[in-house]
Amino acid sequence: MKHLLSAADLSRDEAEQILATAAQMHDVQRREVKKLPVLRGRTVVNLFFEDSTRTRSSFEIAGKWLSADVINVSAKGSSVSKGESLRDTVMTVAAMGVDALVIRHHASGAPSQVTQWVDAAVVNAGDGTHEHPTQALLDAYTMRSKLGDLAGRRVGIIGDLTHSRVVRSNLILLRTLGAEVTLVAPPTLMPSGIADWAGAAGFSYSYDFDEVLPELDAAMMLRVQKERMTGGFFPTPREYTVGYGLTRERLRALPEHAVICHPGPMNRGLEITADAADEARSLILDQVSAGVAVRMSVLYHLLGGAEQA
Amino acid sequence: MSESYLIKGADLLGAGRQDVLVDDGVITEVGRVTAKGATVIDADGLVALPGLVDLHTHLREPGREDAETVATGSAAAAAGGYTAILAMANTSPVTDTAEAAERVFDLGRARGLVDVQPIGAVSKGLAGEELAELGLMARSRAAVRVFSDDGHCVHDARLMRRALEYVKAFGGVVSQHAQEPRLADKSACCHEGELSGRLGLPGWPGVAEEVIVARDVMLARHTGSRVHVAHVSTAGSVEVIRWAKSQGIAVTAEVTPHHLMLDTTKLTSYDPTYKVNPPLRPAEDIAELRKALADGTIDAVATDHAPHARHDKEHAFAEAAFGMLGLEQALQVVNTVMVQPGLLTWAQVAEVMSVTPARIAGLTGHGRPLEAGEPANLTLIDPAATVTVDGAASHSLSRNNPWHDMTLTGAVQTTLLRGRPTLLDQEVSQ
Repeated sequence: MKHLLSAADLSRDEAEQILATAAQMHDVQRREVKKLPVLRGRTVVNLFFEDSTRTRSSFEIAGKWLSADVINVSAKGSSVSKGESLRDTVMTVAAMGVDALVIRHHASGAPSQVTQWVDAAVVNAGDGTHEHPTQALLDAYTMRSKLGDLAGRRVGIIGDLTHSRVVRSNLILLRTLGAEVTLVAPPTLMPSGIADWAGAAGFSYSYDFDEVLPELDAAMMLRVQKERMTGGFFPTPREYTVGYGLTRERLRALPEHAVICHPGPMNRGLEITADAADEARSLILDQVSAGVAVRMSVLYHLLGGAEQA
Repeated sequence: MSESYLIKGADLLGAGRQDVLVDDGVITEVGRVTAKGATVIDADGLVALPGLVDLHTHLREPGREDAETVATGSAAAAAGGYTAILAMANTSPVTDTAEAAERVFDLGRARGLVDVQPIGAVSKGLAGEELAELGLMARSRAAVRVFSDDGHCVHDARLMRRALEYVKAFGGVVSQHAQEPRLADKSACCHEGELSGRLGLPGWPGVAEEVIVARDVMLARHTGSRVHVAHVSTAGSVEVIRWAKSQGIAVTAEVTPHHLMLDTTKLTSYDPTYKVNPPLRPAEDIAELRKALADGTIDAVATDHAPHARHDKEHAFAEAAFGMLGLEQALQVVNTVMVQPGLLTWAQVAEVMSVTPARIAGLTGHGRPLEAGEPANLTLIDPAATVTVDGAASHSLSRNNPWHDMTLTGAVQTTLLRGRPTLLDQEVSQ
């Protein structure tokens, strides 16, 4: 594996390996001294074309705990806003001699395009409304920590699916790991061509959360982007919550063993109530914690740490 | 001293071998002709067509001469077998005055490789608010007859109605870029469907084109005017146009070579070369477009030749410029997807790539039959040659060539504009 651009880049074996290594990294994370020497002398650049404190910090800590030199470059509002092309920006950074580029971009496909221009390993840290593969890995890691093997488990992904990069990666990875996936959203927030996609990729979808809810082993709630509320996707926040929010009533209908996930940041009271977010079976903070371990594992595998160790 | 050329043994529109004698810009004899001292062009195995006419070319001059100039676009056109091209108005400044139109017209005449006929903007600055000086452009030396805000849709129904009414005074036609902006907004960058959903790219649904085509044919009926649908891309639009024609509404339509050949699957690479407006559509639409061109529902092939400097394409897909090159490979693509599979004869190719475009644009000197007494605007193609396209060898200043590295059937050998070779044995005249 040269790059991690999409969850589809991972075979089941590769995904299992990354998750297994992440478990080891998670143990390291709990030590007093967290550093491992495996990427000493390697340089990782976090090239972020849009803000993301959570993901950038997570990659930064991951790189540093592996002893890599980590540099953060915010391309937002710098050369790019002066009209520089993506290629020129990336080539400039790559010319400094980097081993891995961790790229967050507001446009889908940008990290894939970058691989045509640079030799460095490229990690997609979220591209537009396309994918966020390390988020999917950390979600799977977290769910497995409570549910065990995900094969045959039923995961519902509920919310603004059209604009979510998380859903696409999760869908692919969860299917790779053998889980059954159901997407839930109002028709206006379903990705286009959902029927064809679902048929080809082997997942289901529904416009009715209450119908799906009692069967779930995991409910993954996605953020509703408040800025889009005026886009005509649904009439009012109240109506959205009634139809698709993880409310107190729905919490009761969710099977007791089922877990709750949310990639954050949350809109409490909109897609998820405070009760649900703070429940014992809510894994939301575990997801954040797992993020560092999973990203350590990804960098370790991509940069040949596995061979050196 | 007059220039004489004797084209020996050309297959005239695919109807049999003939010699064509050209003297002083005019075809003087067709049949079995003796040389009489004329320069001989060996056309054995080549098909002769009237010089091609492109209803839809973007030349970037004035404003973006780093992407294309009238001169380089003209060279690309000659290399593709064209003798006349219509230059879209979305230059900088916009071609929305008589002076601007005459400037483009004059630049074309100065280079002399093809007749460059400017298209005038429908609205001032392409802003879609007030009519541009349509009448002054029509009465100018450039004699503008086609008006378009291409790149933008004339989405205000009242403005479209006024434009259609106004151009009747001078036999003009409005060429519409059909894109309802509330259904396919500025972010829309590829066909809306399963693939755009999977790739996370903002979709451009076919219905955004179809609702404007439907509205415009009704406006054309109401006004009794002519409307032309630029770059038709969906089966739904074809259905509307077919119905409109059955009702006697004066609608014509064009399809691009890329919409006849390339489908949405090209997007999986996120390569912005394939980002075009309207977007590439699925195979089912392509099949309907081919059928509609063959049965006459779609009247013409037009390239939508849209050169872009490299740095305008080297962005993330959603942020890269729309458009791809078209002039040099259009005839090869039509040969590959329409003639070779038996969907069009060469006589029909002459209709859709020369005769009808010239008629729609009011260009009386082009799209004429290859007969004695007619202007010697013609092109010769080797229909059997297989060519792997080298995008780097383009005459365009730009390199956004979707056919690069693809193998197409046919090679344009020679183009004559008023009896003078602008392309001879694949070499563009200097």
